[in-house]
Amino acid sequence: MDLPLLPYLAQARSASPLWVVAGYLGLLLVFSVFSGRVLRRTSSDYFVASRSIGPFLLLMSVFGTTMTAVALVGSTGKAYDRGIGVYGLLASTSGIVHSLVFFLVGIKLWAIGKRHGFVTQIQYFRSRFDSNGIGYLLFPILVGLVIPYLLIGIVGAGAVIKGVTRGMFPDTFDAGAIPPSITGAVVCGVVLCYVLVGGVRAAAWANAAQTIVFMIVGVIAFILISDKLGGMKAASEAVANNESTSELLAREPIGKLQFLTYLFIPLSVGMFPHLFQHWLTARSAKTFRVTVIAHPIFIMVVWAPCVLIGIWAAGHGITAPGGNSNAILAKMVGTLLQSPFLTGLLTAGILAAIMSSLDSQFVCLGTMFTHDIVVHAAGKDRFNDGQKVLLGRGFILLVVLITYLLSLLDPANIFDLAVWCFSGFASLFPLVFASLYWRRVTREGAIACVLVTAITWAILFWIGLLGPAIAGERSSEDFLPGGVMPVTIMFAASTIALVGVSLLTKPMSPKIIEKFFVVQD
Amino acid sequence: MGASTQSKLAWGFVAVVAILHFDFWLWTDKSLLFGFLPVGLGFQMLISILAGIAWALVIKYAWPGWIEKWAESGEDS
Repeated sequence: MDLPLLPYLAQARSASPLWVVAGYLGLLLVFSVFSGRVLRRTSSDYFVASRSIGPFLLLMSVFGTTMTAVALVGSTGKAYDRGIGVYGLLASTSGIVHSLVFFLVGIKLWAIGKRHGFVTQIQYFRSRFDSNGIGYLLFPILVGLVIPYLLIGIVGAGAVIKGVTRGMFPDTFDAGAIPPSITGAVVCGVVLCYVLVGGVRAAAWANAAQTIVFMIVGVIAFILISDKLGGMKAASEAVANNESTSELLAREPIGKLQFLTYLFIPLSVGMFPHLFQHWLTARSAKTFRVTVIAHPIFIMVVWAPCVLIGIWAAGHGITAPGGNSNAILAKMVGTLLQSPFLTGLLTAGILAAIMSSLDSQFVCLGTMFTHDIVVHAAGKDRFNDGQKVLLGRGFILLVVLITYLLSLLDPANIFDLAVWCFSGFASLFPLVFASLYWRRVTREGAIACVLVTAITWAILFWIGLLGPAIAGERSSEDFLPGGVMPVTIMFAASTIALVGVSLLTKPMSPKIIEKFFVVQD
Repeated sequence: MGASTQSKLAWGFVAVVAILHFDFWLWTDKSLLFGFLPVGLGFQMLISILAGIAWALVIKYAWPGWIEKWAESGEDS
């Protein structure tokens, strides 16, 4: 197999792909101007799109939101390191669990949100547990967990552009590549433009468009890359025939207990605040049907090619720049596809996947701050619609700035960081599930669940990732206490706290229960 | 077959797909389907397709028909 990678990298490369990417980002900016002119200027439209989103837009926006940098950049990198098992860890599991959560939790929360006029997750929990305190407790925890989620996107975009532009600017940047600090600033800037102008409706439209772009582009990338590697058969045979990579074709690098306990991770979608907001945008319960059915198939279309590209890269001895497996997809695209237009298009597709998650997260942060903190504390009539939107925008800008600064610290592997973030949200899943299906859950039980989640997450995150990273001992091994994913311990602890404390404390008043539980005739 | 039985069967199919997802019998199998697709990956892709079918059955036979009416009759809607 002739892979002319080194000679190709040695010379300064054309910057033409960047013009394609710039063109794509420019289109999004035009969209932001357009959305600012045509969208309704009410806070209801800005925050929940006036609850009018139809089935197709809901499917695309929910799918685009859940497919982050992890789906393209992280999955390829993890498959490069650990093999095909990564698909079973998150992709097929998510196909089962995400749809389960959409069906059991999403539809019910949509109905409750519509019935009682909720806009945010915290409004729901405050009302369900008749407690202001739970809102103030949940707000910093949810924002704190969204920040690593945002980081995943910004770091992923930086890794992609760095990989693709390697050698393009030898006189300007280190290794001739655009540094992640510039990419992060540009991506955040573009997403902020259309989100700040159009709110959740603009995010839903942009998500749908970007999801179509990254799905089509992903398939094109897969076909072109496999062609460059001599066809799919030759590409996979190279992995099998290489002694050091043949194990990537099986799942030996992944523990069985680890595989089993990964099942908890996708439960995180039940507590993502940005997904809660997308659920509330649905026109009706029936709107969810297409999302529930198509989600597993869409995941397969995106993940399977990425996993194959990851193992093919390893089998062909392609090294991750600087040992950073996040950059392997970009390197494959940048070095194997020697058409600047295609490279640019594929890079734009990867950025589309990343930005289609960032936008929803940005909007939800603003919504939560405005409704759950400012309006809640100052009173409903203290601010007019315009002022509410302005407050939301201000908070979004602040959090994006903090996240951007954190991204400059070069955080951990995207996949691993994502799993920690998802683990936190997944450990709060018992809270939302019990609030919908268990009449006996109490305010005290809910607070105990949140506190125990925060404490166990912080301890395990310190032991498993942050502590070693600060000490300069970043390990390539997964942190598996007792062979299980850390989420197992957090989930068990939060469930025990929720159930135990609820049973020991006074039940919620029947009036509250009646408000949230449906009596079916 | 009654609606309740159909609903139970649909949920049963979801459970079977979830159990099949833990395909430990393919753990060390490195063979390639069609010459290019690792068998473990191919099986998990099949799980994704079966999940789509399972959810279609749940939507058809276990849909909460009452929920729309309940949501619409709310105090704030």
